[in-house]
Amino acid sequence: MFLVPDIVVRFFHRMASPPHFYAFTQRLMPWLGTVFVLLTLAGLYGGLYLAPADYQQGDSYRIIYIHVPAAWMSLFIYIVMATAGAIGLIWRIKLAEVVAISSAPIGASFTFIALFTGSLWGKPMWGTWWVWDARLTSELILLFLYLGVIGLYGAIDDKKIASKAVAILALVGVVNIPIIHYSVEWWNTLHQGPTVTKMDKPSIHVSMLIPLLLMALSFKSYYLIALMQRSRIELLKRERNSQWVKTMILEADK
Amino acid sequence: MSLEAFFAMGGYAFYVWTSYGVTLCVLLANIIIPIVQRKQFFRQSLKRKR
Repeated sequence: MFLVPDIVVRFFHRMASPPHFYAFTQRLMPWLGTVFVLLTLAGLYGGLYLAPADYQQGDSYRIIYIHVPAAWMSLFIYIVMATAGAIGLIWRIKLAEVVAISSAPIGASFTFIALFTGSLWGKPMWGTWWVWDARLTSELILLFLYLGVIGLYGAIDDKKIASKAVAILALVGVVNIPIIHYSVEWWNTLHQGPTVTKMDKPSIHVSMLIPLLLMALSFKSYYLIALMQRSRIELLKRERNSQWVKTMILEADK
Repeated sequence: MSLEAFFAMGGYAFYVWTSYGVTLCVLLANIIIPIVQRKQFFRQSLKRKR
């Protein structure tokens, strides 16, 4: 941890400065957008067209290409949000607070997508839209945690205090993350066990695995784009009285 | 594979395409909302200044 090269340290110091972050993300956006479009097109082509139908589930299994990546993102974004919240809490870095609160709506969106597509997949395969299965229930709690974070942040006017409150709530909620992950192993219920994360022997054919991983990367790049978009507007609002935002407002007037 | 067969999704068209459609809407909303908010921010800031 103390062997980080100087150039990396300087990069993070610069990024933590709001005007630098604002300018840097603007330049990064077209590149990320291109990466996202290419990954998505490749993933959808592979998943919806090239990959064969499942021998048991037919074509209904193709929901997997959004369901599983969205579920992964719902956990990943929560960890990012809680980590950024903790960094903001400990070191009072404004950008970390902004990243934490900007992640919440995106994480809530992916959690909703995972639940919604899971429901649409469950109906033809399980015969029901919803069961109070351990995996489904813990994922629903995750959605409520995200909504709680968004609501709490909105309810407190002083955004410095709001960020602290939100970070604590997010950190307490971290306990839910391993519960979601291991729920299919701890409780033997309707939701199937892991097929991909068994790294020694994934029980999914490579023609289905590759598009799935492409979609996972596509959603990761999407998260970066959406996070930057939301962080930028959140920074503008928080820094509305600082010189760099005032200058920008004046320039927008021209 | 014919285009028709592709859209039929082996009889699961409703479930598959609703999943993809709703996902697209949710992801689009997350891009559009910040753009609208940014426009609002600049408009309101200018109004306050005058």
